[in-house]
Amino acid sequence: MTLATAPRRSTAPAADRPARPRRDLGAWFLVLPALLPILVLSVGPLLYGIGLAFTDAQSGRTQATRFVGLLNFSDLFQDSLFWDSFRIGLIWAFGVTVPQFLLALGLALLLHLDLRLRWLARALAIIPWAMPEVVVGIMWRLVYHPDAGILNETLRGLGLSGADGRDWLSGPATALPAVIVVGVWAGMPQTTVTLLAGLQNVPRELHEAASMDGAGAWRRFRTVTWPALRPIALAVTALNFIWNFNSFALVFVLTDGGPGGRTRLPMLFAYEEAFRYGQFGYAATMGLAMVAVISVLLAVYLAGRLKGDDDR
Amino acid sequence: MSAGERTGDSRRGDTRRGEGRGGTPRRYAPARRAATRTGQYAALLGYLVFLAFPFLWLLSTAFKPPRELGSMHPTWVPEAPTLENFRQAFAQQPLSVAAANSLLAAAVSALLAILLATPMAYALARFRNRLSRAATGWVVISQAFPLVLVIIPLFLILKGLHLVDSRIGLIMVYVVWSLPFALWMLTGYVRAVPRELEEAAAVDGAGRFRTLVSVTAPLLAPGIVATALFAFITAWNEFFFALVLLKSPEKQTLPVVLTHFLGAEGVADLGPLAAAALLATLPSLLLFAVIQRRITGGMLAGAVKN
Repeated sequence: MTLATAPRRSTAPAADRPARPRRDLGAWFLVLPALLPILVLSVGPLLYGIGLAFTDAQSGRTQATRFVGLLNFSDLFQDSLFWDSFRIGLIWAFGVTVPQFLLALGLALLLHLDLRLRWLARALAIIPWAMPEVVVGIMWRLVYHPDAGILNETLRGLGLSGADGRDWLSGPATALPAVIVVGVWAGMPQTTVTLLAGLQNVPRELHEAASMDGAGAWRRFRTVTWPALRPIALAVTALNFIWNFNSFALVFVLTDGGPGGRTRLPMLFAYEEAFRYGQFGYAATMGLAMVAVISVLLAVYLAGRLKGDDDR
Repeated sequence: MSAGERTGDSRRGDTRRGEGRGGTPRRYAPARRAATRTGQYAALLGYLVFLAFPFLWLLSTAFKPPRELGSMHPTWVPEAPTLENFRQAFAQQPLSVAAANSLLAAAVSALLAILLATPMAYALARFRNRLSRAATGWVVISQAFPLVLVIIPLFLILKGLHLVDSRIGLIMVYVVWSLPFALWMLTGYVRAVPRELEEAAAVDGAGRFRTLVSVTAPLLAPGIVATALFAFITAWNEFFFALVLLKSPEKQTLPVVLTHFLGAEGVADLGPLAAAALLATLPSLLLFAVIQRRITGGMLAGAVKN
């Protein structure tokens, strides 16, 4: 996970000059083993992928791939299914990121206190983090299962028999909220741990001073905790949004985009387009459209981040 | 983050109030404090339930006999717990082969990632220049773009090299994929090693290489191990690349094979499904429990103090 890159002090002082060429050579020697694979299998493919968005590349076709300019983009603009999935992606990303942040903040504040059972909460909070996403999806399918699931049984126990036999994941109205709950659950630990670290950086003296001045819990949070936590909170939220918008495995396992495309996140759509229908060029265009949204968010994140640095 | 750590909020503040130094009027304090504590425990309990119940349900389902799974009123604790689901799981899908594939891909890619990343992380931490800034930028960007934009070209490249549907191809992808994170963590660990130690060794006449091997490496070892285990877990859990790149059932990794239990119409044999999912999760849970503190510590060092 990467959260922050504050601006760095620039290179060595001028007095070092004569020694520099050798040092830099040494640095290259250290860097190349990792740099080459990154260039060949990460930077290269990314550029290649951007290029593919302007071609009619398809899988298993005999004719040569042609450059088609912006044709894919104009197709994409008219592809209402894609815009549906885009909308669903945004709902999903907001729907997961915001409650996830609020819940994680609550948990972080609790774990920061001197409570019993705190160790248990910490241990449990690790589980969703360490689990394969596929298992998280399977696990929640067992929870949501219409007959054998614990959710409906619990609702029955509470006297809400309307839920009998209800299949949350295949109901048109309930599918998206149901997968959003899973998304919140799965991503909470990382956010909690990050916020907890942020809390530990909040100067305790300030807290105590505010407490002595008679500030209540809420005022202390607003005037002391939150200002110190804000840069981290902003960073973690922006990155969570990006990850959530790009997510795949969880919803693939839970609903595979169903029912009737109601949980078809953009990544699921692009995956189908590329690897079920073989439309490589068009799927790459979708990827690029997703990048556009993400770049805007990233810009917001970086701007906020820089502002946060100025505040200090 | 030690367990016994006390935080600013609670007792000390109240003692001071008790001394009459102002703040909340004294007579309200104890009742309010008790109410707050109760509220806090209630909230914590809510979190515990929310975090634990899906996992407990998975655990319970994995040990239930078919009769109980078919019941319209499922119970939390299996009445007649059985290992039958585990046997069934292995009979239905090639789980041991899949586990071996996952183990191979995760272990080899973690090892390679560490071998490649450690020198670079050292360089990034010790020489701050344009390259290190570019690398840090790349780490951020690489976390942000949608994988589909990379997987299509990767698929085409690997196909050209006849490495689609090959474990080697998958391992190559995993190595590169785990490099940004490995770099991120390792750079943090290198920064934590005081430069003065290296300089002292240099003054004593050790060359750069000897300094690295005899001074820096031993201090880095715990961080390297943590990073390697984390890379292992990430590859062990990975799904998307494996789904796209591996077609032959005998080459597929555990997460991909797990989805075969779901069946075509989402009709699943719940018991074996739960049993297999539980087995697939155990290694990463165990390893994560071992390195948890280091991971969060290393990550946070980068995130907070960078």
